[in-house]
Amino acid sequence: MSDRTAIKIKIKSWVTFMRVRSRLAIRFAKITSGLIKLMNRGSGVTLPGYVARRIDPDILGEMARQVRGKTIVTMGTNGKTTTNAILCRALESEGKKVIINRTGANMLNGIISAFVLATDRRGRLDADYACIEVDEISSVGVLPKLKPDCALLTNISRDQLDRFGEVDITYGKLLTAVRSVPETTLIINCDDILSYSLAEESGNPFVSYGIDEQIFDDISRSEIRESIFCRKCGKKLEYDFFHYGQLGIYRCPACGFARPEPDYTAAGIRMDGEVYSFDLDGMHIDSTARTPYNIYNTLSAYTALKTMGAGYAGFKEMIEAFDYGNNRESIFTINGARVQLHLAKNPIGFQQKISLVLKDEKPKDIIIQINDTAQDGRDISWLWDVDFQYLADSSAEKILTAGTRRYDMGLRLKYEDIPCETTEDLKAAVTERTVNGTKNLYVIVNYSGLYRTNHMLTELEKEEVQA
Amino acid sequence: MKLTIGHLYPDLLNLYGDRGNIQCFRKRLEWRGIEAEVVPFLSGDAIDFSGLDIVLLGGGSDREQELVCGFLKHIREDFKIYVEEGGVVLAVCGGYQLLGKYYRTEKKTIEGLGILDITTDWKPERLIRDIVLESPLFDRPVVGFENHGGRTEIGAHTPFGKVVYGFGNTGDSGYEGVVYKNVIATYLHGPLLPKNPHVCDYLLERALKKKYGEEASLAPLPDDMETKANRYIAERYNDKKYILKETIKRHT
Repeated sequence: MSDRTAIKIKIKSWVTFMRVRSRLAIRFAKITSGLIKLMNRGSGVTLPGYVARRIDPDILGEMARQVRGKTIVTMGTNGKTTTNAILCRALESEGKKVIINRTGANMLNGIISAFVLATDRRGRLDADYACIEVDEISSVGVLPKLKPDCALLTNISRDQLDRFGEVDITYGKLLTAVRSVPETTLIINCDDILSYSLAEESGNPFVSYGIDEQIFDDISRSEIRESIFCRKCGKKLEYDFFHYGQLGIYRCPACGFARPEPDYTAAGIRMDGEVYSFDLDGMHIDSTARTPYNIYNTLSAYTALKTMGAGYAGFKEMIEAFDYGNNRESIFTINGARVQLHLAKNPIGFQQKISLVLKDEKPKDIIIQINDTAQDGRDISWLWDVDFQYLADSSAEKILTAGTRRYDMGLRLKYEDIPCETTEDLKAAVTERTVNGTKNLYVIVNYSGLYRTNHMLTELEKEEVQA
Repeated sequence: MKLTIGHLYPDLLNLYGDRGNIQCFRKRLEWRGIEAEVVPFLSGDAIDFSGLDIVLLGGGSDREQELVCGFLKHIREDFKIYVEEGGVVLAVCGGYQLLGKYYRTEKKTIEGLGILDITTDWKPERLIRDIVLESPLFDRPVVGFENHGGRTEIGAHTPFGKVVYGFGNTGDSGYEGVVYKNVIATYLHGPLLPKNPHVCDYLLERALKKKYGEEASLAPLPDDMETKANRYIAERYNDKKYILKETIKRHT
């Protein structure tokens, strides 16, 4: 027996030993998941991961090593889920097997769950690629384990400040996370000075994307800006224009730090009817995107695919048929009314929804549910960073507020002179509005209400079919 | 009648929701037929305090606060005179800290305006949660949300309120904020004023009386929604079962 064979056998037995623990972890995670489903206690996307991690602390590393091709993580305040869905779809359209974590399961336990629940009966993963959405705070713990090939950063803005403290803390966490994996290539939005500074400061290799044209209208453009002061010298930056928030074409008059020429860009952006078309890397794309945010998401995903060297060959065909809704926005028919469910969990996201509501010129009813569980963020101050004044022109017959912080939401509207009522019973309000209202109902909820409201609306729709 | 509200450095101190305080001042004047003008002063702008009836100094991140400090030097004397002459000020969080002598972080010491005889020291664990105060100025509780790394020692100053639930100035002093002349300085976000219309009206009335004499007063407004929002938080933290539940959740 040669030395090499001996070492191979040694490694093999070590791997087998490791895998006993890992397999046990996977087995118990699956049992936990089964129990949660059996008891109908929620979607069961985080507890199995917790169980697996308690049994095998290195389970995530073990899983990541089983991915045959590349692993990419998507981080940032807004657009993570959509961008990740595009990445996944693009890779799958080439026949690749992709591991993805679903909405809301983007912290350590959720990510582990996504991996372990995707394994076969022998605890083995059959995956070419992993596309993993990672919460900014969790990134510090997740990245060193996953050791991704690429890390895509959508943008950095304020979100759940009670969890994150302040945006500079989020920035610090992300910086620590990417520095822990110095070989990971960053994909960054260079229109966002925070993302660009982070890439420069990290020392990681990076590829940038950005848009030179002004495509955001006043309504969708949040005026709340982070850090429009130079991170190098502290002088106030000059902007040619703003996209939204602090994103735009910036330059420091004092030290010369400026938005660079992006490696990838979308140009010739036009609105054809309700959807956007644009040119991207030599292709003309007639997209199904209705908001400029989704042009960014598409551009960032494409940049990542090119960087990874996969999934871009059939990109035009794939993206032109892509549904940006990805379950966060669902449409129901209840009592003959069209009911749309939307998630809005931070100022930029909410601004986007308001812009969407205003694009619909038909009369409508709106219900806004605001909760303040730990998942949502205990602090609801951010509601005052959203430009709700535009709702005065939304042809809304009635606006209702619901959720634990319905009075705060009511106050937010009151201080824009927008009349509204409050309700303690969301289901009754939906039923009442679908019967007596405009037959065009928007239900906008923040995080903790999403799953339950989706369930409730699905049930109401079923009842109607049965009746 | 008309009041002019100076919003200091909204380009640097715009930490979440604080513009709700401006909106509250503005609307509660307009609803009473009193004209309201809001003048934003960006960093570097010259400020003529004699033209202002209310000054709002908001909160910013630690990094931005350091930048603000550079601009404060130029207005220190004028601001101090404004306060000593009974000018109305609402200072929130970072703004509160900047009214003091210094704000010391692990890396450096940021010099404040020195208008209040208070000092702030940073600690890594931030004090983050809902907060309920009892203030001798009001017959109703003051509610809000606190999120600060700084611990503020207020010395001989009068606190804004007694902490019924939450952390307050230092986490263990039992008191929150400072009231000095016509200045209210506090850690309370939320934003503070919409849920506490009594605090808003207190400041507005002070400003009106200073400008138009003691007979100036504010007509009552229908504050149904405001009262409900205030009461929701106050009652939630009056409920021992809720507090216990929340504490358990926080530690699991």
